[in-house]
Amino acid sequence: MTNSIGEIVNTDAMFVIGSNTTENHPVIATKMKQAVRRGAKLIVADPRRIELADYADVYLQLKPGTNIALLNSMMNVILEKGLYDKKFIEEKCENFEELVKVVKEYTPERAAEICGVKAEDIIKAATIYGEAEKAGIYYTMGITQHTTGTNGVMSVSNLALLCGNVGKESAGVNPLRGQNNVQGACDMGGLPGDLPGYQKVFKPEVIEKFEKAWNTKLSSKVGLTIPEIMDGAADGSIKFLYIMGENPMVSDPDINHVKHALENVDFLVVQDIFMTETAEFADVILPAASFAEKDGTFSNTERRVQRVRKAIDPVGESKPDWKIIMELMNYLGYSKKYLHPSDIMDEIASVTPSYAGISYDRLEDGGIQWPCLDKDHSGTKYLHKGNIARGKGLFMPSDYAESAETPDREYPYLLTTGRILYHYHTRTMTGKVDGINKLAPSSYVEINEETANRLGISDGDRVRIASRRGEIETTAKITEIIDDGVLFMPFHFADGAANYLTNPARDPIAKISELKVAAVKIEKVC
Amino acid sequence: MNIIINGIQYEVEKGITILEACRKAGIDIPTLCHDDRLEPSSSCRMCLVEIEGSKKLVTSCSTLVKENMVVYTHSARVMEARKEVLDLLVSNHPMECLTCAKSGKCKLQDYCYEYGITEASYKGARRKPKIDTSNPFYDYDASKCILCGLCIRVCDELQGTSAIGFENRGFDVVVTTPFNEGLVNSKCVSCGNCVSVCPVGALTPKKQTYRHWETKKVRTTCSYCGVGCQMDLVVKENRVVGVEPANVVPNDGLLCVKGKFAYKFINHPDRLKTPLIKRNGKFEEASWDEAYRYIRRKVNEIKEENGPDAFAGLTSARCTNEENYLFQKLFRAVIGTNNVDHCARL
Amino acid sequence: MANVRLTIDGQMVTVPSDTSIIEAAKMIDIEIPALCYDPNLEVVSACRLCIVEIEGSKKLQTACSTRVKEGMVVHTHSEKVVEARKDILQLLLDSHPNDCLTCQKAGECLLQKYAYEYGLKFREHDGAMRPQLLDTSSPYILKDNAKCILCGKCVRTCYEVSERQVLYFADRGYGTKIVCDADQTLEESSCVSCNRCVTVCPVGALIDKRVMGKIRAWEGSSKVVNCKVCQYGCEFEVKSNGKENVAVVAKPPANGRPLCLKGRLTTELLYVDKPEDPYRKVDGKFEKTTWAKALSLVDIMEKVEKLDSVNDEIGEK
Repeated sequence: MTNSIGEIVNTDAMFVIGSNTTENHPVIATKMKQAVRRGAKLIVADPRRIELADYADVYLQLKPGTNIALLNSMMNVILEKGLYDKKFIEEKCENFEELVKVVKEYTPERAAEICGVKAEDIIKAATIYGEAEKAGIYYTMGITQHTTGTNGVMSVSNLALLCGNVGKESAGVNPLRGQNNVQGACDMGGLPGDLPGYQKVFKPEVIEKFEKAWNTKLSSKVGLTIPEIMDGAADGSIKFLYIMGENPMVSDPDINHVKHALENVDFLVVQDIFMTETAEFADVILPAASFAEKDGTFSNTERRVQRVRKAIDPVGESKPDWKIIMELMNYLGYSKKYLHPSDIMDEIASVTPSYAGISYDRLEDGGIQWPCLDKDHSGTKYLHKGNIARGKGLFMPSDYAESAETPDREYPYLLTTGRILYHYHTRTMTGKVDGINKLAPSSYVEINEETANRLGISDGDRVRIASRRGEIETTAKITEIIDDGVLFMPFHFADGAANYLTNPARDPIAKISELKVAAVKIEKVC
Repeated sequence: MNIIINGIQYEVEKGITILEACRKAGIDIPTLCHDDRLEPSSSCRMCLVEIEGSKKLVTSCSTLVKENMVVYTHSARVMEARKEVLDLLVSNHPMECLTCAKSGKCKLQDYCYEYGITEASYKGARRKPKIDTSNPFYDYDASKCILCGLCIRVCDELQGTSAIGFENRGFDVVVTTPFNEGLVNSKCVSCGNCVSVCPVGALTPKKQTYRHWETKKVRTTCSYCGVGCQMDLVVKENRVVGVEPANVVPNDGLLCVKGKFAYKFINHPDRLKTPLIKRNGKFEEASWDEAYRYIRRKVNEIKEENGPDAFAGLTSARCTNEENYLFQKLFRAVIGTNNVDHCARL
Repeated sequence: MANVRLTIDGQMVTVPSDTSIIEAAKMIDIEIPALCYDPNLEVVSACRLCIVEIEGSKKLQTACSTRVKEGMVVHTHSEKVVEARKDILQLLLDSHPNDCLTCQKAGECLLQKYAYEYGLKFREHDGAMRPQLLDTSSPYILKDNAKCILCGKCVRTCYEVSERQVLYFADRGYGTKIVCDADQTLEESSCVSCNRCVTVCPVGALIDKRVMGKIRAWEGSSKVVNCKVCQYGCEFEVKSNGKENVAVVAKPPANGRPLCLKGRLTTELLYVDKPEDPYRKVDGKFEKTTWAKALSLVDIMEKVEKLDSVNDEIGEK
């Protein structure tokens, strides 16, 4: 998030797109509802009529995969009505002419056609966003999990820049991060092209700095992303795979492919707190301690680095992950020892400019939002204040492009996937809680009433769903919240797992898979 | 502006309530229905204070300070009124502190001790026990409810779910779901924010197996979504037995169903407890030393034969910053490849 | 000492042959409930709560008084045992006042602890209750016979100190009660307010009056300090409510830690922010006094003042 969670309640308008906030970020959703209570306007765009839609001034039930057309069209209206921030663009942005050229083609009427919404609703949404003094955009995987995911994010950013909603309180471009420390995992260099603090591996000065800090030779060749790693494991070029706290056998697209990869890799190490579907394939399993059994920090979606504290001793012989990795490094000949996670944080601060001022002492009384540049820096509530970080805000317009796979005669339905309130990711944790399993026991597919009637499917029927990649059985849930022809499945469940069906086709830049759009067929199990 | 509280003059900001002014001055005023995050409701009457020139006692939570106001927070009249309030509440409250789950953290109990209300003096009718046990995580015991309305207001004003409300009038008032259909059939999303604010034992976690005085609390960050809610793990005898929200940024005392109630995986019997090595297709328990040696042997073999880029690691969005840092360092500095990624795209 | 092996709740344990079952169970982290048992006191098997089932024995046996035997198989929480314990506890509750709401002992009361553990509540009944016999005569100890469960720990701990021996059992059957000397009040009796009895009482029958109304067992924090009056160095807990230290509570006596009033008062004066006035017993009457008198410091203080003023004069010159 460019901005902070606490700023939401004071915003004038919110645009929530591709985020089922009440279920996936429940406490952020409470802030949004509080803002609505205080008079803020709310625009919701989502293929499902999610709960937030009930609070919205405009709800746009767009077809999955058409975000860019909608966003371009909103910008078209804003330009048309003169609601853009001329001064901000002049002073702080570049490539505006290019944007004007691209979005000109996206009249509300044309976008309405592509997105399956009303033109007047697009105009209304654009007007609300454009007229607001402070407006924030909130999005999640509904924007990113497409073959056009990067362009989707750019389009969000274009819209925010166009109305001067960057570098301002209670506004901004706010991706809501799905997992407790996905922000931190990125910050810490858990990415193939980035060392800690997004310092690029291909830059010689960066490699030189880390070689000095770590006292070793480093590779400057950008590594592989998860989908590429899976491909490598499947084709034999990756021989050794080490998976810590992940469960791709449920979470990753095209599970049959993942399964093949895990079976094929020469040596697989899995480190987890439970025997997961992925761990079953391992050659060695290392038992890790849960978050309640260790000290550390998580960085939340608003870049706030917060303490995790040890409440109980590790269960059985399990050990905190940091200790396992350190001990393994020691076995492999790297002799550095850390007595406590705070020692590791001190090292992080010494090599990561955005974490430079962070230490456990300072975190004792509450978290700090990075960038935190030195010991006296109080952290950063919202980014780009005063000046855009890269110098000028760059408009990166792009055209709408269809999803990699669209419904056809053989696979006539569009399947989209997501999360539900009661479960977290692959249920490794929530699946162990009785009350949760009572409320959300098993896999299901949401089907519009008309679709169901056509297929002779009733609520609670077992159905078979197939895509070009796999086939599963699940239970039908008839609902009005989804459009005719569109199906929705939560991906949490290993039994009847949605990801047997999903499309691994990737965005060329971010290498993210198109988990939000797959063509499928569905029939009742007799 | 200036006001005089209990004979001492204080300078206070304009527009604040008497309660806020007293708290800033370090004077403790009892409240049952008050919560800084909510609109005042003035329903419990515990925060009554005496103001010179005013015939009636006023509720300090909803009365704003005025220039030269003279306030008495613990005068005989105030104390009597508060005792009367407590007496009436206790007179219609089951005497179950012996085993009540809330005992030790109950505001009614605290104030009865402070104000010396040892037993109820009104011997009239009492509510009948009526417990809604339909929610899988918490119970609502109407007979213990003091009708402060905090649960209703938190559900409405902060959580934005509005699953519960008052029903009936007078002595028969209860907190309930529309049409009395039970919590599990209502709009309730089991966030438990009502349970966290209940000052008495009316809303309690199901099957609570601890007494408050047997536990310690450890402030930490929730391990579910990316909001990073702050919360206290309730620990008894080296087990996590409950979770309470912390009233600080970013969650301001709120949690969702996962943060509040989905903690039982921690001490679940299925946790992995020793390293396992697969031999002939079956997992066998191993020592850490064996596991590390085995991995070392494989690392050396594969590195020799295929070079560092035959290695790849998936680090974890569920692990700490320190662990992610070490994991990528293991791959980059020790193994020698940048093939390290995690589930940011899922 | 020879070791014996026995099985408790399915776990094998090896212990010296003179160990009681309750202590053997403790070694493997099995807690057997007990109200009258105290490892520092004579074993009397009065409360019956520690009963356990021993294979081959028809009757349930008290774990506090039964020694381990080779090959013994003990069940500490079998259905039969649990049922018997519930009966005992329910009977105790039936003649116990229901005032955990404000009882000073709440939070550290064993009757409350076991009632919670065994799922028992107070119940309405038309049977007799123990009569209200509240002894408020002492400024240090509140003796509430209505709450007494007759475990006799107070009698035993008082008896251990030869010059004290104030507390005794009196009367029989349902009328049994704990009395001071010849059924006198604490004030009239030979009680020296050492508080040994208070520290061992498992319920709210004997309460340290100087803590009452100030802090509850679960509130605030406490710090253990050693008394500085004599070489025994008895332990006291200093209770703080977060703002200030409000009370000093004696920890149970042990070998070489006899407890006394002077030690407690001295510790109170040292640590408590606003100590209440001390009292002295003069001719069988408590009277309010000064700290100097209470701690027998009058002579010393006079001399100290005199020396100080001499020093001051020298300083002035």
